[in-house]
Amino acid sequence: MAGHTITEKILARASRSEVVHPGQIVDGSVDLLYMHEMLAMALLPFNEIGTLKVWDPSKIVVTLDHWVPPPTPEIAKMHQTIREFCRTQGIQRFHDVGDHGIVHQLIAERGYAQPWDLVIGSDSHTNMVGAVGAFAAGIGATDTAAVMATGRLWLRVPETLRVDIHGRLSERTGAKDVILKVIGTTGDDGARYAAVEFTGPTVKAFPMNERFVLCNMTTEMGAKVGMIEADQVTKEYLAHAGRPFREIRSDEDAAFAKTFTIDVDGMGPQVACPSNPANLKPVEEVEGTKIDVAFLGSCTNARIEDLRIAAGLLKGEKVARGVRFQITPASQNIYRQALKEGLIEIFMDAGATFTSSTCGPCFGGHMGTLAGDEVCISSTNRNYPGRMGSPQAQVYLASPWTVTASAIHGEIRDPRKV
Amino acid sequence: MRWMIHQFRGPVWTFGDDISTDHIISGKYLGTTDSKAFAAHAFEAVDPTWAKKVKAGDLIVAGDNFGCGSSREQAPIALKTLGVSAILANSFARIFFRNAINLGFPVLECPGLRRKVNAGDVLEVDMARGEVRLPSGEITRFNALPPNVLEILEAGGLVAKIRAELSPKSS
Ligand code: SF4
Repeated sequence: MAGHTITEKILARASRSEVVHPGQIVDGSVDLLYMHEMLAMALLPFNEIGTLKVWDPSKIVVTLDHWVPPPTPEIAKMHQTIREFCRTQGIQRFHDVGDHGIVHQLIAERGYAQPWDLVIGSDSHTNMVGAVGAFAAGIGATDTAAVMATGRLWLRVPETLRVDIHGRLSERTGAKDVILKVIGTTGDDGARYAAVEFTGPTVKAFPMNERFVLCNMTTEMGAKVGMIEADQVTKEYLAHAGRPFREIRSDEDAAFAKTFTIDVDGMGPQVACPSNPANLKPVEEVEGTKIDVAFLGSCTNARIEDLRIAAGLLKGEKVARGVRFQITPASQNIYRQALKEGLIEIFMDAGATFTSSTCGPCFGGHMGTLAGDEVCISSTNRNYPGRMGSPQAQVYLASPWTVTASAIHGEIRDPRKV
Repeated sequence: MRWMIHQFRGPVWTFGDDISTDHIISGKYLGTTDSKAFAAHAFEAVDPTWAKKVKAGDLIVAGDNFGCGSSREQAPIALKTLGVSAILANSFARIFFRNAINLGFPVLECPGLRRKVNAGDVLEVDMARGEVRLPSGEITRFNALPPNVLEILEAGGLVAKIRAELSPKSS
């Protein structure tokens, strides 16, 4: 009997089927639905469906993240609508401004998603949460409304692409460089409709913060979900949530559509150049490119470990003249931790700007957008034209090490040389 | 088949590969829920006057991976609001595809079509037959939609389908 992938195991459980196979359409019972401001867009179709009540308020989490704090009266109003909806629907896990975080980070750090869960999020980077061994997929507003009303979602069981990563990375090189390399290899649609599962010694040695980076950017491969087996590292990360933990892994004899074996031994920092996440160059080839803005933020790379990297490089240094370096933590919890550890003071002394947690700059929404002639190096996940502001702005994607080293030098810099 | 409009005929706007939702509607315009506001800025990053030039009944033909990027349903909403009757692409990104279908907006995967089509060509799309007729008379087939997806499209979108399922059966 052939074995099954993590995806197949979770979707079989969620659809109460004995087994499921790639290509099959299943009707999944959702264990966790999470939303940010897209809830406001989803209310239009939700009200049209007309069930009036959500299917199960205890399975829903909502936070505000895209526009925190609200930059316009219209968005403040949108937040009011969401707040009011959560109150009347009895959604207890509503994380309002003050208790907020970028939704994927908030879900991860609060332990809301567990291995074996079918998790649906109203955002394309829901893939990140699959790093805990969940099936976590992003959807749009109408699908969100459908899940709110019925607790169910049709899903095509995806094929699984396995990405097997070996080797020891060079210094000051991490998961961000690895995933940029993977995307550079597969292209930005190399995993369209598929599940991507990371494995191999390099991945198993990564702590959770790095595993989240890998799964986060499977979205930039076109993947439906990204995932990593739930092991001891996962268990320790989720321990504080106090929920029973069940390991999950693909069977040895499961059918993978394809396996990419990537040797990263000695690999150094990588950079995705304008204006596609797959437009990859090793850092050496873009060194010296002048920058105007450096941004350390987003669900991809703004966890406490990333902030520590930035602080380590910035200590006793200054951000280059004429460069604005903005650091935006991925959640309030991370903000608090950075405060405790004295990181914020280091950022301020160096001349960087430290802000409250929000998606703002990452999607060009507010609190730091780019002018047409600006060049930015960013720890985020996308650099399509117009993503961070003007369509003419040039955005390079890189690791927290490379972003910080570049901020100090005013040009793209190999962090190993700082 | 119960297509309300089962045939489209219209001139084509062409786009390349990897057209992202950021190309279609920039993040800076998302601070509202007004579909006309999204429509007014559609494809601004590509051509600032596009939203003024496109007409109801026009078609879009694109290359690979159309609609990649974010889950923002505002992207297909903008194009549908402008009256684009269908999008034909070599391939679509998954969330964009679902979102469009959920809105009852036909998105048809037609591998290899892009290189056969020039801007302004008038195409005929026959949903029931699964065919696209090029100006030369050549006929190309698009990939058949899975039955459950077809059901959503035929119902006029996911909301209409769920409403029909929830309401007491009239038959
Ligand atoms: S930080 Fe950026 S990529 Fe992440 S959820 Fe927010 S807008 Fe999306």
